Amino acid sequence: MYLTREEEHMFNGEYGEGLAKCMRLLVVLGELFEAKKMVKVKSCHVSGVSYKNIGEPGLELLKGFAEENVRVRVKTTLNPSGMDRKRWKKTGLDKDFAKKQSEVLKAFKRMGVSLSCSCIPYLIGNKPKFGDYVAWAESSATVYANSVLGAKTNRESGLSALASAVTGRTPYYGYLLEENRKPNVRVKVKFKPSNQLEISALGYFVGKNFPEKVPFFSGLGLVSKDWLKVLGAGLASAGAIALYHVENLTPEAKFFSEDNLKDIEKFEVGLGEVKQTIQDLSEAYERCEAVFLGCPHYSLSQLREVAAFLRGKKVKPKARLWIFTSRLIYEKAKKLGYVRLVEKAGGLVLCDTCMVVSPLERLGLEVVYTDSCKAAHYLPSTNRLKVKLENTLECLRRITV
Amino acid sequence: MLILLKGRNLLSKEVEGEALVTSQPISFFGGVNPKTGLIIEKNHELNGKNVARKVLVFPYGKGSSVGSYVLYAMAKHGTAPSAILNIKTEAIIAVGCALANIPLVDRLNKNPLEVIRTGDWVKIFSDGTVEVKKKA
Repeated sequence: MYLTREEEHMFNGEYGEGLAKCMRLLVVLGELFEAKKMVKVKSCHVSGVSYKNIGEPGLELLKGFAEENVRVRVKTTLNPSGMDRKRWKKTGLDKDFAKKQSEVLKAFKRMGVSLSCSCIPYLIGNKPKFGDYVAWAESSATVYANSVLGAKTNRESGLSALASAVTGRTPYYGYLLEENRKPNVRVKVKFKPSNQLEISALGYFVGKNFPEKVPFFSGLGLVSKDWLKVLGAGLASAGAIALYHVENLTPEAKFFSEDNLKDIEKFEVGLGEVKQTIQDLSEAYERCEAVFLGCPHYSLSQLREVAAFLRGKKVKPKARLWIFTSRLIYEKAKKLGYVRLVEKAGGLVLCDTCMVVSPLERLGLEVVYTDSCKAAHYLPSTNRLKVKLENTLECLRRITV
Repeated sequence: MLILLKGRNLLSKEVEGEALVTSQPISFFGGVNPKTGLIIEKNHELNGKNVARKVLVFPYGKGSSVGSYVLYAMAKHGTAPSAILNIKTEAIIAVGCALANIPLVDRLNKNPLEVIRTGDWVKIFSDGTVEVKKKA
């Protein structure tokens, strides 16, 4: 592939071994996917943060980068870590884990990465503009950046996103190319989703059936940004979907006329398929001892909805209601009194971490109630937890008195 | 006997070593001990074999993306393979090889799983040529 003189300098180690490693990584990926050149990125989002996932090999590598004076060149945010940096003791974690996790975060900090520790970078200051090239890991963020913001990114891994942050480049292939952003399956939604869980399941069902496609949704109406976030998380966890379009809503949808769409595969989804998806991911379990919400991380308006429900209610004795969000949103929610309402009811709003990447198997829970198909997809394998899916309000009803 | 294969070397580096061949995919994360280089995946046909400094031939990578970090850790510990030959390269192995500076060859004109046997001596050239000297 073609490299500019500056990129060649990076590749040859003239700016140090750390930068050379990162450039080599991007060149290898570029060659692998037959990219002709590199392009400059406006921002990055890096995953692979929880010590539970990356372990000692990951910590070693990140420390190595930090010691080699590797520094990011563009705005770079971080995915959730394995713990709430301030209240990890409340979630059953031990000192050893906290120490290792802190070392991981310290290495990222030395590289100049913002310790945002959230999967919704686009709500907390890392919001690329329409048409910007970016390199984002975290499948739910990748699909949001492409679909809702109209930025252009491939489904990056933690390391390729970090290499892009450090070099300011990404190989030009895949979803960066206009020709790969065209829809190739038209999904007609034959029902009105009535809650977040149904939207999540719609995404999951389509992702499972068309794991490598670019779906074009019609009949969905005008859904909120929160719901688009949830739809994308479902699509990207059941499949490898990086981009979708929603008629009359997402920014690129208007480029595809009836004429463009008439020859592509058509597919209809009704409430029946969505209910079946929920049932397939869900355990038949009645007792409710824990509700985890916030996969992806809850926004301020989602927190408000929970807080409003909890006014005057109490979480059942010995039961857990945990809601995961970013620290920035937590601070805002605190000012607005939402956090107090949740805590007064006996719930907990946790930051910097999430139910999927934190080692919650240590809590000894059997079943967790949640409103997210993405969480239901991952929790059985990552945390050996069984999942019961209910919509948000039903989850809250079941855990409170 | 010498056999020449032609492929694509994604890291343009020349190395040689003894071949270790498997028809099963490999996950470096959880499948290999980075401190020793031993394959520890249960029921893997290479279980108990050491990949350190070998030319490792397998169809493709599988499993968690943490595999990339493991390859890097292996290079640091001196337990990494000296080269990897794949039928189909995927990003986890490619990223790991790039970080660890391990030559990675794919798109060979003959199936390396059929041509190369464990114990053969394999030389890899920067242009993607692979020279196989069959074990006597």
